[in-house]
Amino acid sequence: MASWGEASESRLIGKRIPRLSGKDKVTGKAKYTFDINRPGLLYGRILRSEIAHADVVGLDLSDAEALPGVKAVLPLIEVGKKIRYQGQEIAAVAAETDDIAKDAIRLIRVDLEELPYVVTEADAMAEGAPQIRDDWEGNQSNPDVREEGDITAGFEQAAVEVEVTYHAPVQTHVCLETHGNVAEWEDDQHLTVWASTQAVFGTRRDLAGTFNLPANQVRVITEHMGGGFGSKFGPGVEGRTAAELARMTGRAVKLMLTRKAEHLVAGNRPSMTQHVRAGATSDGRLIAYDMKGHGTGGISSGAGFQAPYVYHVPNRRTERVNIAVNAGNQRAMRAPGHPQGAFAMDSLMDELAEKLGMNPLEFRRINDPNETRQAQYTLGAQEIGWHRRNSVPGSGSGVKKRGMGVGSGLWGGGGGNNTQARVTINSDGSVEAVTGTQDIGTGVRTAIAIIVAEELGLNPTDIGVKVGDSEPGLPSGGSGGSQTTASVAPVIKTAAAAAKQKLFERIAPQLEAPVEDLRVGNHTIYVVSDRTKTIKWQVATGLLGMESISEGGHWDEDLRQGGVAGTQFAEVEVDTETGAVRVIKIVAVQDCGLAINRLTTESQINGGVIMGLGQALLEERFMDPLTGRMLNANLEDYKVPGTFEIPEIKSVVFDTHRKVTGVGEPPCIPTPGAIANAVYNAIGVRVRELPITPDKVLNALAEKKA
Amino acid sequence: MEKFSYVNATSLEQVTELLSDSGWGEVMLIAGGTDLLAELKEYVAAPKTLVNLKTLPGMEGIEADASGLKIGALTTVADIAKHPTIQHHYTVLAQAAVSVATPQIRNVGTLGGNLCQRPRCWYYRDESTNCLKKGGDICYAVDGLSKYHAILGGDPVYIVHPSDLAPALIALGASVTIVGPEGEKTMSLEEFFTLPAANPYRENVLQPNEIVVSVQVPPAKPNTKSLYLKAREKGAPDFALASVAGVFEMDGKTCKAANIVLGGVAPAPWRSKEAETALTGKMINEMVSKQAGADAVKDAQPLNDNAYKVTLTQNLVSRAAMMAAS
Repeated sequence: MASWGEASESRLIGKRIPRLSGKDKVTGKAKYTFDINRPGLLYGRILRSEIAHADVVGLDLSDAEALPGVKAVLPLIEVGKKIRYQGQEIAAVAAETDDIAKDAIRLIRVDLEELPYVVTEADAMAEGAPQIRDDWEGNQSNPDVREEGDITAGFEQAAVEVEVTYHAPVQTHVCLETHGNVAEWEDDQHLTVWASTQAVFGTRRDLAGTFNLPANQVRVITEHMGGGFGSKFGPGVEGRTAAELARMTGRAVKLMLTRKAEHLVAGNRPSMTQHVRAGATSDGRLIAYDMKGHGTGGISSGAGFQAPYVYHVPNRRTERVNIAVNAGNQRAMRAPGHPQGAFAMDSLMDELAEKLGMNPLEFRRINDPNETRQAQYTLGAQEIGWHRRNSVPGSGSGVKKRGMGVGSGLWGGGGGNNTQARVTINSDGSVEAVTGTQDIGTGVRTAIAIIVAEELGLNPTDIGVKVGDSEPGLPSGGSGGSQTTASVAPVIKTAAAAAKQKLFERIAPQLEAPVEDLRVGNHTIYVVSDRTKTIKWQVATGLLGMESISEGGHWDEDLRQGGVAGTQFAEVEVDTETGAVRVIKIVAVQDCGLAINRLTTESQINGGVIMGLGQALLEERFMDPLTGRMLNANLEDYKVPGTFEIPEIKSVVFDTHRKVTGVGEPPCIPTPGAIANAVYNAIGVRVRELPITPDKVLNALAEKKA
Repeated sequence: MEKFSYVNATSLEQVTELLSDSGWGEVMLIAGGTDLLAELKEYVAAPKTLVNLKTLPGMEGIEADASGLKIGALTTVADIAKHPTIQHHYTVLAQAAVSVATPQIRNVGTLGGNLCQRPRCWYYRDESTNCLKKGGDICYAVDGLSKYHAILGGDPVYIVHPSDLAPALIALGASVTIVGPEGEKTMSLEEFFTLPAANPYRENVLQPNEIVVSVQVPPAKPNTKSLYLKAREKGAPDFALASVAGVFEMDGKTCKAANIVLGGVAPAPWRSKEAETALTGKMINEMVSKQAGADAVKDAQPLNDNAYKVTLTQNLVSRAAMMAAS
């Protein structure tokens, strides 16, 4: 059975190794799609609707076409069709400069007949609301009802009950590099696209289909990527448009989304509202749970969320509906459905624990069936100093009050059989590892180097890693679901092992030893039964002459494992006069299996915590019922964490086994719940709506007083 | 942005002459550009001519002597923030300056631009929304989303004035010097700003052919304590949800005189005579400071989403008073 060996045997795996692309990134040498410039490059722009719901009754491109410098104008909607949200594409242009392209889209004459719109869930659910989807009755989907056990009997056994409503608004991904592509045709049969994507091969498949080309005539390159978080799995309208404009003009076209468009059309995390009634027995067992909830994923569906979450409730009934509004579609966003579900569940847990007069951590211990998290509760509580929390919420003295809270999460992340890879040993001793995955900022490039270097007795910097390019024809899956490392690692390891085996076979005669006796040392190969027989790596590979070694790898179930648990503890300080919440410290205990690179694993946890903090305290999409527009489609009023918001983060890599598991998503899940509970512990008033901004804190404090 | 011609200014006469040919918006002035560039890019402003003031001689710099401060309109916010005399004797101004935006913006943003910047209102900044401030019929904040809007002096336009420097300077009793075709005039900075009831389209009394050239601050009185408190949702960059500029002349814990000016809550920097009265001649304690806070907001008329600003402003005023006495 293949294995990663014992920790004591590992020279590199599990250590803290700086990411290979780190220097290029901080010096600006790393080229992102935004930075790609090609000879004769044209600039693409898209005209978008500012009206949320309308019939397209006229479209005149002639003025735009007549503007000097404009090389192509492409309609993206037909007269007679409907606009269904702000930001929807109307037409695109390609021009000699970006400024000309900006001017040109303003010369496109589109005649829109405005229709009644609804952009908030309240308006969509109101009686007499205009119907905005033809395929639904009203603006709600059919309810998804699930039942287990007997909730009536459950509530009869309950000693305490809580009945409350939790809400989390729509959040957008805020990729620092907006969506976009640079497209270039070599001839009318060969297309190359530099794409800001989480799926090099998915994007290739989509573009090949769009242009009716064999996949091997489309090349997609993603050398570096500035954030996707689940929103970048294909070329999208903007990518297909860039390629079409490039085809029309015979020139390369760069088309990146504006920040505004990024908020409007490039995906979002759906909202969540849940009205929940829940009960627990006098000995602290969750016994009954009845939840009716809804959310909006914009004009599409997909607004699901986890409820109940993590903790076991034997008797439960849940009912969810999707609400349609005239707004851009949701897309997967870092742990879809989990953080908002966790926020509600962990808030509920604390509310029940308080009614029981029980320590919320103790209440979790009773109801959490997961052994890993049970261990994490102990470790995390120790790290944060849980004994220091207010035993009576809000009892701290002074204007600025501190509090602590806890939240939990779970995720899969076990990877899948979707990757081809190749490891090549050249006669000069250099090594190449090639696969069609993409490094979306998570550090898989470095992980690949570590695995190969460990297997061959080299350093990570010795390995030439080539990812983010479909050209070598070694497909891999999209980077979603925290699957990348767990999908790629087994294939890379087996490819490196196969290459090593081939090398051993070639040099065994030279060392006068059986192949099975050969081992790699630090840049050497030696005979395990006779350590005097050692040959330097460089000398060994020199024996290859013209015949370099190149081996593929294979998927191996035994090298990976899915299913992770996580727990976070937050300490906050709330200014009761200004309503400002400052997070002092987060302890994030994240189950992650074998951390190939402890340093980038910690970075993943840090990043997840920061994103969770943004959801907890800052982020909200504001849709205006008057104009039908998003009012904060920018980074001024759509607020994301900055340096001042980022607390001390103690990232605990909780590696319970030696199989690879992804941790891209899970560290953002427990954060909002932990912070919300810490706020309650600080001030003794519960804020049941995210984000916990000063207005909500002050309003809650005022209500308590009144 | 729309096309415009660009002129490097050589003299104030030339600037006022260029301005004289047009009404609002045809010819616009640019210094740091941190506000105007965003307006141009968003098509909220579309001038035919842009006059670059950075080439004007003698409009930059801080003179600090026994007669007080004279700050040129082209002085950067960063230079104000780090000036030792301002830090020591006009603390409220240094604190306000360092609270502005980010280091990058403070390094190029100027005093004149900070005072004359346009509202941040999300309806005003949306090209497609023709709101009352831009000549339309309604202020959308009244029935729309109003979390960041005015609680005082709004009618009929509920923007808030975004400047941090203005409340601080008004609290220090500053005056502003303006040059127009008829020459130079000086007025109190407090009177420079106007409310929408007087003019819904502008935030100050400047005429289309006038330009702010400097700000003067009278000498700091002995035993004066001054401070700027700014509440925001995010550390930086963020505009004030509410801010308080306070200048207190103290005799021990007794407040002999107080200037209290609020930011982020009204369409102009809001001098709170009510809070000043509540503090003047009083020994400052918790009760007195609370009363000053309550008096500061007693005329507040919140919209749908901003009642919290009433509490917040009240608390900030009380806090400022308590800090003055500590």
